[in-house]
Amino acid sequence: MTPVLETRRLMKSFGGIIATNDLSLSVTKGELHAIIGPNGAGKTTLITQLCGTQTPDSGSIRFKGRDITRMPAHRRARLGITRSFQITSLILEMSVLDNVALAVQARQGSSFDMIRPARSIKAIRDRAMALLARVGLQDKADMITRALSHGEHRHMEIAIALASEAELMLLDEPMAGLGHEESRAMVDLLKSIKGKHTIVLIEHDMDAVFALADRISVLVYGHIIATGAPAEIRGNKEVEAAYLGEESGGL
Amino acid sequence: MTRRTLLTLVTMGLLAVLPPVFYLTGNPFYLDLATRLTILAIAAVSLNLILGYGGLVSFGHAAYLGLGAYAVGIPAHHWLYGGLEGIGLNTTSGLVQIPLAVAVCALFALVTGAICLRTKGVYFIMITMAFAQMVYYAIVSIEEYGGDDGLVIDSRSELPGISLDDPLQLFALSYVGLVVAMGLVRMIVNSRFGMVLQGAKGNNERVVMLGLNTYAFRLTAYVVSGAIAGFAGALLGNFTTFISPEMMDWTRSGELMFMVILGGATTSAGPVLGAAAFILLEEALSSLTVYWHLPFGLLLIAVVLFGKGGLVGLLSRREGGK
Repeated sequence: MTPVLETRRLMKSFGGIIATNDLSLSVTKGELHAIIGPNGAGKTTLITQLCGTQTPDSGSIRFKGRDITRMPAHRRARLGITRSFQITSLILEMSVLDNVALAVQARQGSSFDMIRPARSIKAIRDRAMALLARVGLQDKADMITRALSHGEHRHMEIAIALASEAELMLLDEPMAGLGHEESRAMVDLLKSIKGKHTIVLIEHDMDAVFALADRISVLVYGHIIATGAPAEIRGNKEVEAAYLGEESGGL
Repeated sequence: MTRRTLLTLVTMGLLAVLPPVFYLTGNPFYLDLATRLTILAIAAVSLNLILGYGGLVSFGHAAYLGLGAYAVGIPAHHWLYGGLEGIGLNTTSGLVQIPLAVAVCALFALVTGAICLRTKGVYFIMITMAFAQMVYYAIVSIEEYGGDDGLVIDSRSELPGISLDDPLQLFALSYVGLVVAMGLVRMIVNSRFGMVLQGAKGNNERVVMLGLNTYAFRLTAYVVSGAIAGFAGALLGNFTTFISPEMMDWTRSGELMFMVILGGATTSAGPVLGAAAFILLEEALSSLTVYWHLPFGLLLIAVVLFGKGGLVGLLSRREGGK
């Protein structure tokens, strides 16, 4: 079976700094593949190359066997790759429902319609409401996005990712900045969607990673030093060395 | 009905009733003022589509007013003095001139927009202004159309059933044009297309990641905006019966921007109120002193600084009070 996502010998540098170094990764269908690594290991740079906002210097990225290395971001999104952002990236001036509805209409491919009032299209509104209900935000649908808490924004990100019905979800630190309770709610939410989508999860919260991941890849200085099931990674000496002095307590 | 809808209706109601009343009671000057105001309001409404809803600060919108006016003036010029018979552009028919104005401006918007929209922020402002200045200097250099002396339009556009030589009918056409332009922009803004346009203003990267090529959406809005402004330009040519490159100077573009921001961007009534306030203040202040630009400028700064949401924000808040 071809992997959903496969990178081969990916390289990316900014000036003299090598952010991605000979990175080869393979993600199979339906798995939740976590990518961990110390700060500055190049996790977000990897995500930006996978979703297409940056192009690698060399190497290749394949999505379901198709080479997408140089495909622009919006076309990858249409192909079935979606990402959430480490720093919450929503349209703050729009209502919560409009944010999700925009993602639903984007999925439907009807966005060039200039005639019908968008808010009167029941199919889109209903679907957006259902997604908000799924992440527990149905009561806040009509609020301006800016007014919601950080934790709620993170949940909105997931609702928007779900709206795309993307086969591959790239989640960039969905727990970032969340409190303990909020993190647990997010873990529960991710558990509920796990298996239905292929997920690449970048996360610093080790409890969450080990609770959720099917496989974990460890990224150090832009290179993957180990890939395996959570139990294998936990016992890996090399991984421990990479994390020592940084977050050794976390593992 | 929301306060804002009420405000829109009141504004448009007053604009429909007052000028003809002034005219019929022997004050034709105020009808002229209202016609100019209405035509500039159309241009401001079109600018609001890209500036307000699209977040694209175009500093070259006066170019469309000028191009639209020349699309009336040039065929009229050839109708009188000959030339361009081969392509049928020696005519005073409004049914040729007005579509020509719209088409020329749409095309200009498409070509320049395709380039401008590759830039953002300050660069976008500068490059839109640069293109407008290009048109300005191009017209200045064409001797046949008067260069920087301008071009007198000897005959207004001829339309079936109405005579634009009658000030009341010219006003009526402009008013209907304004209502249609407002309706069009409102329809676009509330559509799925409009959601994408406004989403891209708030967070372009997010919308791109949803699989939407926001460049194409912005370019389309840019073309629609230019086309509407071209229509306003055709009306302006008919109103002034004289056009000069000065009409598309960058300061004119700035005035259109002021109208939108002064009235309240991203609102229906905003550009109209802004145009009204601009024209009326200009008129009132310039009758008091030749140095009217100074108090005028200070007033504009005050509204922008303290009146968040422009005149619409100011008025709907005070009336609202709930």
